[in-house]
Amino acid sequence: MDSNQILSELNTIFKDVLDNNKIQLTTATTAKDIEEWDSLSNIHLVIEIERHFKLKFTTSEIQSWKNIGELVNSIEKKTSK
Amino acid sequence: MYGQYTFSDLKSNLKKDFSGFKKVKLALLSDSASQFLNIAIKGFGYNRQLHFEIYEADYNQVDLQVSDPFSELYTFNPDFIFINFSTEKLLTAFYETESSLQGVFSDLVLQTIQKYMDVIFSRTRSKLIINTYPEINDSVFGNYSSKNEASFIYQLRKINLLLMEKSQENKDLLICDLAVLQAELGYSFISDKKMYAMADMVYSVDAVPYVAKIITDIILSYQGTFNKCLILDLDNTIWGGIIGDDGMEGIQLGHLGLGKVYTELQLWAKQLKQRGILLAICSKNTEEIAKEPFIKHPDMVLRMDDIAMFVANWETKVENIRYIQSILNIGFDSMVFVDDNPFEREMVKSAIPELTVPDLPEDPANYLAYLRSLNLFETASFTEEDSERTKQYQEETLRNILQRSFDNGNDFLANLGMTAIVKTFDEFCIPRVAQLTQRSNQFNLRTIRYTEEDIRFLCKDPDFLTISLSLEDRIGHHGLIAVIILKKQDEYSLFIDTWIMSCRVLKRGMENFTMNMIIDLAKENNFEKIIGEYLPTNKNGIVTNHYKDLGFELMDNKWFLDVASYQEKNTFITNSNKAWTAIRY
Repeated sequence: MDSNQILSELNTIFKDVLDNNKIQLTTATTAKDIEEWDSLSNIHLVIEIERHFKLKFTTSEIQSWKNIGELVNSIEKKTSK
Repeated sequence: MYGQYTFSDLKSNLKKDFSGFKKVKLALLSDSASQFLNIAIKGFGYNRQLHFEIYEADYNQVDLQVSDPFSELYTFNPDFIFINFSTEKLLTAFYETESSLQGVFSDLVLQTIQKYMDVIFSRTRSKLIINTYPEINDSVFGNYSSKNEASFIYQLRKINLLLMEKSQENKDLLICDLAVLQAELGYSFISDKKMYAMADMVYSVDAVPYVAKIITDIILSYQGTFNKCLILDLDNTIWGGIIGDDGMEGIQLGHLGLGKVYTELQLWAKQLKQRGILLAICSKNTEEIAKEPFIKHPDMVLRMDDIAMFVANWETKVENIRYIQSILNIGFDSMVFVDDNPFEREMVKSAIPELTVPDLPEDPANYLAYLRSLNLFETASFTEEDSERTKQYQEETLRNILQRSFDNGNDFLANLGMTAIVKTFDEFCIPRVAQLTQRSNQFNLRTIRYTEEDIRFLCKDPDFLTISLSLEDRIGHHGLIAVIILKKQDEYSLFIDTWIMSCRVLKRGMENFTMNMIIDLAKENNFEKIIGEYLPTNKNGIVTNHYKDLGFELMDNKWFLDVASYQEKNTFITNSNKAWTAIRY
């Protein structure tokens, strides 16, 4: 799966979980850019992302992402294996 | 079945319209992060038409919220308090306990819980829900733990048992059995170590809907919403095969074919019947053929006297279920219909949406485990009268037949030979009285729910007068069927705090008899006015005109009756205890 495809699928998950249809993710997006994205919804996001892409992150991976781009990279690495 | 609600489903329910749903105030105190649980409970409430108003205490504030008399907990004034303890925190506390005290760790935990109970029950009228602990063997002693009192799993199991014992001692302590949930789903399903590490959440996102269901089940049963009747299909539901085709010898029961599956299902149904659940049969069959196994088959567990109503004919199931409902006179929303045939189920579901119709798995081998997992028969009480309920409904059918032999209702009533036993509440009747206040929805003027503790409390209060009424006739005993609680409003007036009657005795003139009793009591004690009130709910429409029909007059939403000008009402019921008005202030 290429990174654009991942980004677009992530966008759907974010809209859904955060209940905000206006979200437009880019690789530079961070939690600061989206009001609904707090520590609680972050957990819910991670669970839904894991479920959607059928993969598991480690806790340190989850804590390492600085922006959406790094999350996309993580997913790309795991799905290409 | 309730696994079908995912956390996301429940979360999206929060945006829906809760107006018109029953409101319940729930305080959620937790020693782990409880935000997801909060969302799930509120969302689950929507599926059961409950509008939860939830106060969620800040993280790990149990002790502070309970001990501080000015805490948000007490300001909130909840109907229910759920204190959610986690095994993870228990384990940490166990490790922090001096090793010389680890052998009595369960006693220490129970002391804390007792302390919480004392404080909460002295400051509020709330019910307290505490969970049992899911089991972890910390593998310090391995299987040797059983031999060592000071092992964690030994102490944990002891705590769970002591919690159950404590809830038997105290009616307002309710148990949310997470240990059983874990037994069903497994520890790896209900916990999520990653969420625990990152956010201190102990339950997995897949587990919270199940916890929410347990909490909702408990609360609904204490609000008077629970199932009272199980309607069973016959062919391929309670025996294997088709009685009309396979005959008595051919149906699968006991050791024949898959018989064990059906026999075990019947054993379960019989236990439910003994607990007070009415069993009804609804089958497309010729009646005599359908009844034959109940009378003659050696491996049948259910017999004719276990069945409150037996309906076998060639009408549609929808019509027959409506008929059963009309005779038993309980709401569709308190009935469960079990049928192996998906087509019949869909027909019934779409015609009677209030009815609970479980989607049985395809394989009969899974029927019983599936039905058990749904927890369809949650209850808030159990009294000795419950086990008599089926017999009473059977007698009711006999009365119906007798009634048809009379041209007019009064002749029938006169012929019944009804006698009432009138008493003030005593220790024997308190469980049943409390239960009537919990269960009765229709003939209930103000729908005030009381626990046994409440009733005992009010028996001691000199401002209250209580009357319990039991009824019998030449066909049988109805048991305790009406409850009156009167409160002295001032020197001259008595307020009817509670007037409840079981719908089993509608149209017997019990209202007239009871009113005469209230007047006698008022006269004996020199009251001049009786004041009644009707608080409408979705279910008590049948008593809208109750006070009007008895001659009360409406003023400012209250009903007034002048004792002196009361005309004694006609009744066919005799009082077995003429001296009963000896109860007085």
